[in-house]
Parts: sequence; structure tokens; C-alpha cells
Amino acid sequence: MTAGPLSGGGRVMGALYRGADSDLAYSFRRNPVVVTAAIVTLLYFFGAAFADWIAPHTPFDPSTLSLGDAEKPPAWIEGGEWRYLLGTDNQGRDIFSTILYGSRLSLIVGFSAVIFSVVLGVGLGVTSGYFGGWYESTVMRAADVQLTLPSILVALMVDGVARAIFAGTDIKTDATFAIYVLIFAIGISAWPQYARVVRSATLVEKSKDYVAAARVIGIPSWRIMLRHVLPNTMGPVLVIGTIDLALAIITEATLSFLGVGIPPTQPSLGTLIRVGQEFLFSGQWWITLFPALALVLLVLAVNLLGDWLRDALNPKLR
Amino acid sequence: MAEMPLLQVENLAVHFCLPVPVAERAMGRKPKVLKAVDGVSFAIGKGVTLSVVGESGCGKSTVARLIAGLYRPTRGRVAIDGHDVTAAKDRTRAIRRRLTMIFQDPQASLNPRWRVRDIIAEPIKAFGIAGDARETGRQVDGLLEQVGLAGADGEKFPHEFSGGQRQRISIARALASKPDLILCDEPTSALDVSVQAQILNLMRDLQDELGLTYLFISHDLAVVNHMSDRIAVMYLGRFVEVADAAALFAAPQHPYTRLLLETIPDLGMTGRDREAVAGEVPSPIDPPSGCAFHPRCPYADKRCRTERPELREAHSGGVAVACHAVEEERLPPAPAGGAADG
Amino acid sequence: MNGGAARPLLDVRDLKVGLPTRRGFLPILNGVDLHVKEGEVLGVVGESGAGKSITGLAVIGLLEPPARVDGGEVWFEGERIDGLSGDALRRIRGARIGVIFQDPLTSLNPLYTIGRQLTETIRTHMDMGADAAERRAGELLDEVGIPAAASRLGAYPHEFSGGMRQRVVIALALCANPRLIIADEPTTALDVSIQAQIIGVLKRLCREHGTAVMLITHDMGVIAETADRVAVMYAGRVIEDGTVAEVVRNASHPYSHGLMGSIPTIGERVGRLPQIRGAMPRVGAVPDGCAFAPRCPEVRDLCRAERPTMMGGRTTSAACWQYSPRWPDTAGATGPEEAGPGAAADG
Ligand SMILES: Nc1ncnc2c1ncn2[C@@H]1O[C@H](COP(=O)(O)OP(=O)(O)OP(=O)(O)O)[C@@H](O)[C@H]1O
Ligand SMILES: Nc1ncnc2c1ncn2[C@@H]1O[C@H](COP(=O)(O)OP(=O)(O)OP(=O)(O)O)[C@@H](O)[C@H]1O
Ligand code: SF4
Ligand code: SF4
Ligand SMILES: [Mg+2]
Ligand SMILES: [Mg+2]
Repeated sequence: MTAGPLSGGGRVMGALYRGADSDLAYSFRRNPVVVTAAIVTLLYFFGAAFADWIAPHTPFDPSTLSLGDAEKPPAWIEGGEWRYLLGTDNQGRDIFSTILYGSRLSLIVGFSAVIFSVVLGVGLGVTSGYFGGWYESTVMRAADVQLTLPSILVALMVDGVARAIFAGTDIKTDATFAIYVLIFAIGISAWPQYARVVRSATLVEKSKDYVAAARVIGIPSWRIMLRHVLPNTMGPVLVIGTIDLALAIITEATLSFLGVGIPPTQPSLGTLIRVGQEFLFSGQWWITLFPALALVLLVLAVNLLGDWLRDALNPKLR
Repeated sequence: MAEMPLLQVENLAVHFCLPVPVAERAMGRKPKVLKAVDGVSFAIGKGVTLSVVGESGCGKSTVARLIAGLYRPTRGRVAIDGHDVTAAKDRTRAIRRRLTMIFQDPQASLNPRWRVRDIIAEPIKAFGIAGDARETGRQVDGLLEQVGLAGADGEKFPHEFSGGQRQRISIARALASKPDLILCDEPTSALDVSVQAQILNLMRDLQDELGLTYLFISHDLAVVNHMSDRIAVMYLGRFVEVADAAALFAAPQHPYTRLLLETIPDLGMTGRDREAVAGEVPSPIDPPSGCAFHPRCPYADKRCRTERPELREAHSGGVAVACHAVEEERLPPAPAGGAADG
Repeated sequence: MNGGAARPLLDVRDLKVGLPTRRGFLPILNGVDLHVKEGEVLGVVGESGAGKSITGLAVIGLLEPPARVDGGEVWFEGERIDGLSGDALRRIRGARIGVIFQDPLTSLNPLYTIGRQLTETIRTHMDMGADAAERRAGELLDEVGIPAAASRLGAYPHEFSGGMRQRVVIALALCANPRLIIADEPTTALDVSIQAQIIGVLKRLCREHGTAVMLITHDMGVIAETADRVAVMYAGRVIEDGTVAEVVRNASHPYSHGLMGSIPTIGERVGRLPQIRGAMPRVGAVPDGCAFAPRCPEVRDLCRAERPTMMGGRTTSAACWQYSPRWPDTAGATGPEEAGPGAAADG
């Protein structure tokens, strides 16, 4: 035990040390699969963030494309070139580069959708758990109803409705617009899980005496929810959020694959798979296979992280 | 009647409606009502400790929570220093500042994600007691030292402390707004006896030093004996006996008080053969008719089964008892002996 | 060293239990010595975390992994039972050692009737027909004071109150007429007035059946009224062992002495309660030498250097150097490292 106040830097170092020394860090280090998953996920983030620099080609700039390079197989196959590591598609776009840009879109959509549903679900969950009454019943019934519908169906419906509404207006329904619609559609389909988990955690926390102590001195409800209850309910949200990120990426890919997602001019991984599978039977398997592998790997890595986080944060399994 | 009591409670009651499943409600079943507190009245003067004792579920905590404003009373009145604070809107900041609460469970009464100094600073900030952050920090350090911890402990999180230390932190938080009245809901029943002694001593020292008034809740008669000036014995939502501590232990009146005194395991009683007292604690949802204690009472008669006894001043002044037998003077004199004040 | 009359019913010697962790082996029990004689009630007391429950669990082989026995011996009825196989231990547990835990709900299966649970237990351990077992179950319920016992055999645990459930658990533990009952905080979850009933039942039955009891609790009042002998535990060791009257009124070890003094009693009112400064060291932070040294008003250099074994005498023995011929008479050069008297933090 150190007496006296810690200096500022000392406190940061202390926090870092405690973090690295925590049970979470220990369980992380002990688990090579999780470490691999984390590295893979980080590589994706890195690749997506710096796609502009890393990607050997700029696949969506028509001026750099030449049809002469179209439909080249991966480099290690007869007829392939090392310039195009994973081959090219029918317009001569480098598959590796499209995967980097595609991952970027998939991650952006996935993250934004998860953040959207977390904000919505946690907000509704905390308030309904805290206030109770008819407000709680309404919110929870709505969540129940929505949970009976498959989330992909909800997303499809929302997407369709949004397009129908905006089709008549002069808002441009271009790729950027499609992304917003997708984020909204995927996000709205996932809020009920957060709302349920956070509501029940809120019910538990609300009954604890530290909340009573805050109420006795007259701390306003919103502040109690924000400062006391919310931080104590975030553990499960983090876990669901991570697993949900994988789900959101898949949902986005599915929607794009079905053609209601992101248009081929700025393809996400899902769009790449859809566009590519048309060439599957004519022999250019690489156009669809590599984006599909990239998607599987990303989802798998994120999912493994989420599963580990759930177990590591669950005191009963420690 | 010279001085206004610090806390005055009149006929206070709260009835909880237990939820009934929708299906049963549709079939016309009325929700069950649990009368957790059913009409208690008392007053505490400045600097005095009133204890409430009784078995689990009799409504002790609910009384404290009603006074703290955590539940809205079904009926009755709470006044602090003459100000009626029954309605939430009458609880001004100035009033809230004068009463705080200490809870039973040292695990649950401190937010696990807050540093101790933030926990103790919360009331200081809420009531604007300190001018600036530096002054707040100084006050927090002072409070920590007052309860026997070090200023540096403020940097830690609650889980880094033992149960007794956490209860000290709770006490420091309760003192932060410089209150007059502290509602103590079983502050030591989760602690070991050796730690309990430390906390009880601390609470008494603070009372002497700061002139605090305690409403002290406990199920342990020995602790209550040590802490209180006056004692209220509670049974199923009502007070059955209120008396000065010495009088209660020397001459318990109500049959339930006598039962409690007989059955408390006590250090001085090595090798005693206890009489197994018959009966179970009845359910507060469906309390017995008349005197709620009659199914367990050896002196119950017909009147007890039908008519509820009211809390009345007994012949020996300063003692109030709710019992027909006491009123009719058909109760044998209080058992002297082990329970008597030595 | 061979069983028979010379040896007490249960004899625990230098029992060590620990927990492998990532920071190495964490000792929880540091050599517990205790014994229970035929028909005797031994009270085991101590602060929360002193190792009372772990001792009970280790004796009957119910330690939850990864915690494990790391040394010492457990003898029961002249037979060494530590290291027995799970099956052999299970047979001993039901038939010769009964177990009662704090929470009656965890010991009863909510899906079966009381009667079925009793008859099944009886028939597993005794050679008895269905009818005879049922009769015996009725008798047992009657013995533990459940009114109209025979008619309650068809009831489910949730139909009983906490006190009645704990009576059923006592009946279950008594089913096979065991020689020893290990009761871990049997009344802590119950109301004060109900506690009295349960303790009364336990005491009466054990006297009638000649069953010995190892009663684990932190409630000194219960011990004072129930036990014949007391073992006081501190930081994973037994530090005092003696008759109940002697330990309560005239404890030898400074810790037991302070502990008894700090308990408020109904009989007398004191201004301040005597208190022991500080707190029991946590598992893994127990000092070498005497574990109580940092809090002890009598501490000498000898205490910090070497761990005291059980010593002394008259009616109690204590793990304290004061009762050794090596105790230096002059006051120690070093007192406890603490400033103000009384209001010290427990830290
Ligand atoms: N918010 C609530 N809703 C419904 N019933 C409640 C509520 N709070 C308390 N009760 C019930 O009121 C009764 C009295 O509870 P209370 O907590 O006041 O008892 P207590 O005397 O403090 O008991 P303990 O010694 O166990 O703390 C109990 O039967 C309890 O179940
Ligand atoms: N599985 C475990 N992992 C880590 N520590 C453990 C484990 N089981 C027990 N301990 C530690 O062993 C010590 C002794 O525990 P034990 O349950 O025997 O205490 P006790 O004397 O029964 O206390 P109580 O009065 O609280 O029941 C405690 O400090 C506890 O933290
Ligand atoms: S009123 Fe009757 S039943 Fe109630 S305590 Fe008095 S004598 Fe007993
Ligand atoms: S051995 Fe020394 S430190 Fe330990 S209890 Fe005895 S006197 Fe105190
Ligand atoms: Mg309570
Ligand atoms: Mg235990």
C-alpha cells in the first residue's frame, strides 16, 4: 500500500498496471484462440481504416481500370499476376483492394448499426426498468413483438418502407443514402435484446441500497440512471454488442446479397459476394470466394471475441 | 412538551399491492395487499437513540424507508423539526440535508464503480456544502479520518475494503451533509462481532461528538440494549411495546417482548436449556385477526382473537403496550432473572 | 496410533487446505487441529473467512475444486477418511456423518415431497422396507417437532416455512442414526425466535441419540447455550480449544478474550464495548509467526518470529506464546504498531 497521493502519471501507470494484471487480461493471455481472434480483428480494422494507403489499387476509380486486366485469376494460378494478388473481377478491379474497401463499409455499417441499437435499446431499457408502470409494459411488449419477427425480416421491411417514403422526395437515394437506411434498418432490428438485458439489470441495481442512498439525498432520477445505474449494467451490453457486431455484418451482407443493401458502385463484402457469384459457374470462382472467406473470417474473429468476453465477465464460469 | 421532537411520526402506514398475474386479474381477482407498516406513531428528541426491534419481515426497514422518503406512505404523517415532510414536494433541500441513512448490506450500499472519494463527495456536491473542488476534497479527507480511515483510501474502490471498512465509508457518506438524524437500518448485522464492536463504538463516539439523533434498527436485542435510550418492539407492521431501554429489559410487558428476551441466545447463558417456543412467524399478507400475536401467545383469549389492541400508556409511566392482557392486568409479573438489567 | 477407544470420534490433525491460483498456491487452512468426542457438541467459532466452513467441508470430502486438501489427517471412528474415494466418502456421509447446511432450500429438492426425500434417504442407508421407511419418516418429523407429522409427508418443501424446512433437514441428517452431525450455520438464515426452536431441537435430539455435533457458527450466543466445548478459529487455524464456560468467561488466547469482550450482552450495559483493533488478515496475507501478532496487545518479538503451537493448560489450550516457558517476562521492546487507543480502523 502506498501512502500519500499518487502523482498524475503514477495514477495512469497504476491503472495500466492494474488493467494488465486483471483477471480479464490474464484470461486473455492464457487463451491463444482469443489472442488470434483479436489480432485478426485488429488487422481488419487497420486494413479498413487505412485502405486508401494499403490497397494496391483504387478499384472504384474507373480511370485506373483497364479491361485488359479483367478476370485475372489469383497470382499463384496460371495466368495470374502478382500485381493482382487475389485476381481481378470482370471489370479489372483488384479483388484484394475491393475486399479492403468492402470490409471498411461492412465495419462502418456494422458498428454504426450496433451503436444505434445500443443507444436505443439501453435508453429504453434503463428508463423502463427505472420508472416501471405502463411505460415499462409498453416498451417491453413492443420488444416482445419485435423479437418474434426475424431480424432480417424487420430490416427488410424497414428498408423497403424507407425507400418507399424517400423515393418520392428529392432526397438523393444514392449509395450514401443506402448506407443510412441500412444502418437504421439493422440497428432497429436489434434493440430489443439490449432493452431486455438492461431492463432486468436495472431492476436489480435499482433495488440496491446505493441507489436508495442517492435518492435519500434527492439526486434527480435522470442523474441516478446515468451515473449510478447505467455503468453497472454495461457489462452484458458490451458482450451482446460484440456478438451483435458479427450479426450486423452478416445482416448487412445478407441484405446486400439480396440486392436491397449497398449498390455495386461502392460494394460492401455482401455486395461483392452477390456480384461475384454470377461468375461462379463460368469458372471465375475467386471473384466471390475471397470476399466470402474474408467475411467468414471477420465474423468468426469478432464472434470468438464476444464469446470469450461473455465467459470472462461471467463470474460463475471463472 | 417543552421541546419539539426532532422526528415525529404519526399513524404512519404503507400498504403494498402485490402484483396479480393478468390472467387472474381478468378473472376478477383483487390484488393482495401487504400491510408492511400499519399505523405506527413515535417521536424522537434531539440527541436520543430510538431502536426498533423485531423479527425479519415485521416492517422495520420499511419504517426507516418511509421516513427517508423512499416510499410514499398510504396514510400518516412524518414531521422533521415541526416541518411536515409527508409529501415529496415538502422535502426541501434544507430538510433532506438533515437526515441520512445507513444501510445493512455493505456490499450493496456503495456503488462498486465509484471511487470512495466520489461516493463521499456526492452529498457534499448535491447540497453545495463545499465551495469548490479543493474544499470538497478537504472535507472528504476529514470525513475519512473521522471514521478511522486514511485520506489516501479515497482513491480506492469499495471492493478493496473489508465489510467493516465499507460500513465506515457508509457512515462517512452519511455524515457528509452534516445531518441531525441518521436512520440506521441494521448497520452491523452483516458484520462479525469484533467488527461490530468497532462500528458500534464509532457510532456512539460520533453521537457524543456531533449530537446526532439515531433511529436504530436491529434484530439483535443485545446490540439494541447497548445502543438505545428508548426501544420500540415491532410485530407484523405495528409497535407492540415502546419503553425506555432499562425498563424494557428489567420489566418487559408485552408477551412478545418477553418471548424475544427469553429466546435471544446470550453469552451469559452457558448451558441453559431453552424452552422451545411454539409457533411460526405469520405472513403479513394474511395477518391473524385481532391481536396479530394471538396464535403464538400463551395468554390469548377470546377478546384477543377478535379485537385488535391499541398501543396505550401502561400503568407504569413511560411504557406503552398494545396488549389486552396488560390492560386487564391479568398478565403475570415480568420474569426477573437473566434478562434483568444488571 | 490405532483407532478404538483411545481416539476421539473425529480427530482432525494439522489439516491443510489450499487453492492453486495463478499466483501460486494459496493456503486457506494452515494446519487445523480439532477433535470431537462421542456424544459431545463442539462449537466452532470465528470471524467470517476464518475457515470454519472449509474445515467442515474438508472433513467430509465436499471441498469444491480447485480447493484441495494439502496435508494432515482426518480420523473418524478410528478410520482414516481423508483420501478415501468419492464413493466410500459418500457412504460415510449419509450413514455415519450427517450434514446440515445454512440454507435449508439447497439441501431439499423442491420437486419431491418431504416424505419421498426422507424415505429415500432412509432406504439408501438402512435395510428397510417401504412401509417401515415411511413409518420411520413420520417418526422423524414428529421428533423434530413438526405438528401432525404423518399428514405432512406429502407436502413439498415450498409449503413449509424456513424454520420447518430446517427441521426437515435435521430429520434428513438424523435418518440413518449417524454418530456425528456437522452443522454449518444451521440457524443463521432464520428468525431469532425460530433459531431458538431449531437449536433446542438439535440439542435435544443429539442428547437423546447420543450423536456428537460439530456446530459451526459465528453466533457466540448459540455456542454458549449449546456447545460443551469450543474451538476458536482465526486465519485458518484453531487458536483456542476449551470448555465453553471457560472460553466464554475466561479465555486464554488474547483474540478469544477480545472477541468475547466485544459482544454486547443483555445482562449489563457498558459505555463502550471493548474492541479488538484492526481486522483478521486475508487469505494469503497471514503473517509468519503468530497470525494475531499485528493486533495483539501482548505481542513480543518471539511472537513475530515463530508460530506458536497449542499450549497450556488448565481447561483450555491456546496457540499463544504466553503459555510457554519461553515467554519473556519483561514487557516486549516493541508494542503493536499503532497510535491512538480504541478508535482504530480495521485495515
Ligand atoms: N417494495 C415492496 N413491495 C412489496 N412488499 C414489500 C416491499 N418492501 C417490503 N415489503 C414487504 O414488507 C414486509 C416488511 O419488510 P421489511 O423489509 O420492512 O422487513 P424488516 O423488518 O426490515 O425485515 P428484515 O429484518 O428481514 O430486514 C415484508 O413482508 C416485505 O416482504
Ligand atoms: N473457492 C474459493 N476460492 C477462493 N477463496 C476461497 C474459496 N473458498 C474459500 N475461500 C476463502 O477461504 C477462507 C475461508 O472460508 P470459509 O468459507 O471457511 O470461511 P468461514 O469461516 O466459513 O466464514 P463465514 O462465517 O463467512 O461462513 C475465506 O477467506 C474465503 O475467502
Ligand atoms: S392482546 Fe392477547 S394475544 Fe395479543 S399479546 Fe396480549 S394477551 Fe397475547
Ligand atoms: S503468541 Fe504473542 S502475538 Fe500471538 S496471541 Fe500470543 S501474545 Fe499475542
Ligand atoms: Mg430490514
Ligand atoms: Mg461459512
